[in-house]
Amino acid sequence: MKNRRLLVLLAFVAAPALAQSAPPVIRPAPPVVAGDDGGLSGSVSDDNAWQDLGIAIPAFATDRDVPTSASAGSTDALGRALAQVITSDLKNNGLFKPVGPDALPRPAYPQVPAPEFGIWSGRGAEMLVQGSVRAVDGGNLAVGCYLYDVALKQLLRRAEWTVTPADWRRAAHKCADAVYSRLSGESPFFDSRIAYIAETGPKNRRMKRLAIMDSDGANHRFVTTGQATALTPRYSPDYKSIVYLSYLNGNPRIYIYDLDRNSQHLVTQSTNPTFAPRWSPDGKWILYSMAIGGNTNIYRVSAQGGPSTQLTNTPGISIGGSYSPDGRRIVFESDRSGSQQVYVMNADGSDQRRISFFGGRAATPEWSPRGDQIAFTHIGGNFRIAVMDPNGGNMRTLTNSWQDEAPTWSPNGRIIQFFRTERGSGKTAIWQVDLTGRNERRLPTPVDGSDPAWGPVRP
Amino acid sequence: MTTRASFKTAALILLTSAALAGCTKKPPADLPPEPGPAVATDDGGNGSLGRPIPGSQADFVAQMMGADTIYFDLDRYNIDSQDAAALAQQAQWLSRYPNKRATIEGHCDERGTRDYNLALGERRANAAKNYLVSQGIDPSRLNTVSYGKERPVALGSNEEAWAKNRRAVTVTID
Repeated sequence: MKNRRLLVLLAFVAAPALAQSAPPVIRPAPPVVAGDDGGLSGSVSDDNAWQDLGIAIPAFATDRDVPTSASAGSTDALGRALAQVITSDLKNNGLFKPVGPDALPRPAYPQVPAPEFGIWSGRGAEMLVQGSVRAVDGGNLAVGCYLYDVALKQLLRRAEWTVTPADWRRAAHKCADAVYSRLSGESPFFDSRIAYIAETGPKNRRMKRLAIMDSDGANHRFVTTGQATALTPRYSPDYKSIVYLSYLNGNPRIYIYDLDRNSQHLVTQSTNPTFAPRWSPDGKWILYSMAIGGNTNIYRVSAQGGPSTQLTNTPGISIGGSYSPDGRRIVFESDRSGSQQVYVMNADGSDQRRISFFGGRAATPEWSPRGDQIAFTHIGGNFRIAVMDPNGGNMRTLTNSWQDEAPTWSPNGRIIQFFRTERGSGKTAIWQVDLTGRNERRLPTPVDGSDPAWGPVRP
Repeated sequence: MTTRASFKTAALILLTSAALAGCTKKPPADLPPEPGPAVATDDGGNGSLGRPIPGSQADFVAQMMGADTIYFDLDRYNIDSQDAAALAQQAQWLSRYPNKRATIEGHCDERGTRDYNLALGERRANAAKNYLVSQGIDPSRLNTVSYGKERPVALGSNEEAWAKNRRAVTVTID
């Protein structure tokens, strides 16, 4: 009887996978790739091949259904929620078309380490993600994650994490990271967080609050009240604090906000306005820009405080700055040539050279965590997100809208977030795009959002 | 008659600026301050007859008749002759009330990146401050603050609105 139900379901699933936006179903395996090793033979750099990869992600199994203090509920409910989070992660990055637990039968607990491959190959699944969730001593949760190649009937990766109930989503992100990096060859990035500015209110009286969330928008928290305008946050690499600009006391100044203590302090005691704060990759230094008599230059100060070192010293506006991953160079923006352009210098300020020579203006450069690309805002009529090599070559625009600005990299350097402003209303939203420029999507935020800053993979 | 003459001049200026559309920098049409909350008025400065108390911010706004604000070209911060005339008027008022302090707010239009606009707004406010100092105002009486593109007065996304938002506004402190 059970088999019959399954067959009926199968018939439905095999029916046309119609439009792109049709509900997710596992597509029948393409007849051409019928060979035994069809599953993992694609080149990692060819993103199109990966979109055809059918990944089945049924609900995680549990040895026994017990209540937990996790927001998702008992271990049984958690098993389904975990699979849903993993499915969303893999779907939203655009490289895969996974099918989640709502459309799939749930394996029994003993089947997790020993899947019934026949069921899954019959559904056209090429990859299978199974998992388990158990309540363990101390009220914690043990979450197991298994990635199988269905055609090869082979385990590709297995991992287990013990997390507190409050951190259950992290286990799902880690499983998604394991699947993503095993299949793509890229570094993980789902288990990370984002700081941004939450915006509400009319265009001329915008309330701007510091806010933080997980990479998928969950665990959202407003950090500041909105009484003082907050702008341009950056997460510290250890996620313990955020450096940002606040108009507290009426003037724009850079503060370090301590997320554990909910307290903040000024980065420098100068009476001059300070803008555009950035961390060094090791979290020991902060770059900031300071205006004196209308000229703005870039400075470096220890995250512990103390005296500042001036890195640029030219008339005009030199601002921003983003370290190369090895901390030896800094890419920044300056209008010393007459318009905003991108420059690089050594970390001590020596050897300043312009690298952008492709027409239009170039602003807000951010060095990729992989070191191989620089993302920036290209201004030529509209504002577009673009990337170039660190020497300024191979410029490519990735977005095409009225006003896209302020790129920030995913921890693995494959995805760029930015914010998009709507013409007229001034409404803002956080978007992301991958390096192909093909996979663009809006991030869910409770209110409007701008100035995203993506932190590293969580420690 | 004087009024009529100035009307004519105004009309002429309007025509000229229309003809030069594209390179004109002034916000078209309504140069006098916008009605509404954009202009920082202070009711506390109103005297018993509804006239502002001399030396108050309300008095400053009333006396300036729009000259409390100067406007800039796209991406520029230079003081041109029209700005200079407005700033000279401001300096006169500030000389009359030597105990008054003022804050000069620098603003930009929305067509710039956030960080850069903060720096550009500061540069514009400083240009205005420097001119006031050149007119004999003690620099210790003048503060600057940049709002970048955070506080537009004109809400459209068009050249006319952007021209009104690229500005430096002098606000005296009551």
